[in-house]
Amino acid sequence: MKYTLAVLVENRPGVLTHISGLISRRAFNIESIAAGHSEEADTTRITIDVEVDDEIELEQVVNQLSKLIDVIKIINLTHVDPIQRELVLIKVRANPVTRADIINIVDIFRAKIVDVNRETMVIELTGEQTKIDALCEVLHDYEIIEIARTGKIALSRGPIAAKDM
Amino acid sequence: MEMIGAQAVIESLKNEGVEVVFGYPGGAVLTLYDALYKSEFPHVLTRHEQGAVHAADGYARATGKVGVCFATSGPGGTNLITGIATAYMDSVPLVAITGQVGVSLIGKDSFQEADICGITTPITKHNYLVKKVQDLPRILKEAFHIARTGRPGPVVVDISKDVFNATFDYEYPETVSLRGYSGSIIGQAADIEAAVAELKQARKPLIFVGGGVNISDTAAEFREFIQLTGFPVITSLMGLGCIPNHAEENLGMVGMHGTYAANMATTECDVLVGIGVRFDDRVTGVVNQFAPKAKILHFDIDPAEINKNVRVDLRVVGDLKWALPLLCQTIAADKTMDWKGQTAPWREQVYTWKKDQPLVYRQTPDVIMPQQVIETVSRLAGDDDIIVTDVGQHQMWTAQFYNFRSPRTLMTSGGLGTMGYGLPAAIGAQVGHPDKAVVLISGDGSIMMNCQEFATAANNGFPVKTIVMNNQVLGMVTQWQRMFYGERYSQSTLKGQTDFVKLAEAMGATGFRITKPDELEAVLRQALATEGPVLVDVQLPEVEDVLPMVPVGGRLDQMILGG
Ligand SMILES: Cc1ncc(C[n+]2csc(CCOP(=O)(O)OP(=O)(O)O)c2C)c(N)n1
Repeated sequence: MKYTLAVLVENRPGVLTHISGLISRRAFNIESIAAGHSEEADTTRITIDVEVDDEIELEQVVNQLSKLIDVIKIINLTHVDPIQRELVLIKVRANPVTRADIINIVDIFRAKIVDVNRETMVIELTGEQTKIDALCEVLHDYEIIEIARTGKIALSRGPIAAKDM
Repeated sequence: MEMIGAQAVIESLKNEGVEVVFGYPGGAVLTLYDALYKSEFPHVLTRHEQGAVHAADGYARATGKVGVCFATSGPGGTNLITGIATAYMDSVPLVAITGQVGVSLIGKDSFQEADICGITTPITKHNYLVKKVQDLPRILKEAFHIARTGRPGPVVVDISKDVFNATFDYEYPETVSLRGYSGSIIGQAADIEAAVAELKQARKPLIFVGGGVNISDTAAEFREFIQLTGFPVITSLMGLGCIPNHAEENLGMVGMHGTYAANMATTECDVLVGIGVRFDDRVTGVVNQFAPKAKILHFDIDPAEINKNVRVDLRVVGDLKWALPLLCQTIAADKTMDWKGQTAPWREQVYTWKKDQPLVYRQTPDVIMPQQVIETVSRLAGDDDIIVTDVGQHQMWTAQFYNFRSPRTLMTSGGLGTMGYGLPAAIGAQVGHPDKAVVLISGDGSIMMNCQEFATAANNGFPVKTIVMNNQVLGMVTQWQRMFYGERYSQSTLKGQTDFVKLAEAMGATGFRITKPDELEAVLRQALATEGPVLVDVQLPEVEDVLPMVPVGGRLDQMILGG
């Protein structure tokens, strides 16, 4: 099963390598990992999706990660129905014939066109991973030149910050 | 106070109460060695960086203090790797200080550059690259704190050459502040209550003690717990010494080369209490058949050990210094329980196993048996003498046949199984305890892996006594080849051309040789009484197996017995 963890870490060089290295070294599988600054300047927030067999294995991941000195806190967001988003940029082949179709699709998905030229378009979409998967799927009928995805980030609902959970 | 980074390192060591450093100089640490020279800080020059790190490790295991070693950048640092990994696997507090190339040269494949932080990340508790001299005092303070607190472990501090030369205003911090790390781990009292409640239900309890009790210096508390309950005890390799071998309750070591009684008791017990153990695969045999009838309780300081190798039913996470006294108090306060009465039939059963199937070996006239060597050393040694081993059959025979009586008396590479660990670790233990006898049991294969350290011992007059169990082969390898590879002894016979007595003498130590059983005791006595470092070459038969043995993938009760 897939679990979503929010990992708060010291904003230090190498910390992302430590985390990803530890997870793979212990033979756990990272589905997605995304890091960025948090509301505190000295804290980085890393969102990790891990694929593990069961809660016992998840506990191992959490406990092993907790041992890293730079890890401040780990919060399991899986069961709190968090808001989850990912950003994707898709460059797709677009000629005068296909352009209208693609614009149509972009509208339906409430995505954005961020670059157009004679041969291609770049589409931007923010949303849950399933929605992004769906857009990619539909655009496969046209020629996708490249895709860049950020990996998932997640935030719980309500007034309580993850660090206080 | 105004000083350069190199001086600041030495000052910080003094502030941490460090008594001695083991190390080896080189370009990137010349300024550091200059500061060492000027301050006359005690330093042991080993003959290889691997020797330095194992010596720091042996010192730490024997004393409980943090061991410290120095090495230069690049090859100096990479020569530490095996020793750092050894310390990591056995939770040994260690600070390794390495030099790094100048800041402007980092990352350019400069001369003698290696990414020591990158290389050591998986085998350290934490590591640092110091590029600014202002960070040095804080980082060293943190490094020592991290190494010695919680579950101890090695910390690497990689310091750029520029930092050693830079001048700054030195002030050593009083405290550390690490948001993500708390060194003291006090658990939940309710967990202890729950554990006692389980123990009350037990009719066939078994206590499994590991290195955590040695590390946390809680052997006295542990022994009190056993005295209160009379529960039988099995030990891991790292747990030897926590309870005397000859104690009635002690069934001996469990696992691949464990005793019949320990392995049978594990298979039959109804409650198994692991205390400071990590259920290594050399212990469990096939995991899903390990202690199949038992509820498993696990006491450990490291939450990540819980449910890692075996699934446990109840956990007590916390420092054993907190857990064991509270456990004893709770048990002692409960006057309603007749612990010994309740478990009497079980204890009778395990003691019968112990009596009927003791560790045995065949005796052949005119041949010195390795087990007999260990028994003789054990008889001649004092309760607090320190025994160090290398890795192989001799290590297992030491674990089986040496009568360990006190905690912190066995230094052995348990987790990583590092050949070549023994001699430098023995030197470190001797430095930590100049007044104690330190005896190294090694093999003819293992001793060659760091034999250059005889020079270190001889030059410093460290009176380490080395017994080379010379069977002319890589014994543990040949045992497996004999049992599982049709006696095809591929690259495992050493042919015995090396004259160990001459080797010792060439390095400045004294050499003895024993070829007949009737010389054994007298020459060993003489060797132990000889001043300075000594090597005793004991000629043993080539073919002898360590038994009992649970083959890989087997159940503990399916062991091959000896005799
Ligand atoms: C550094 C290292 N290399 C290889 C091994 C694999 N190994 C384990 S035991 C052993 C043989 C040890 O031979 P020796 O030191 O003569 O001891 P004996 O088994 O004969 O007592 C070997 C090669 C190891 N443990 N460590």
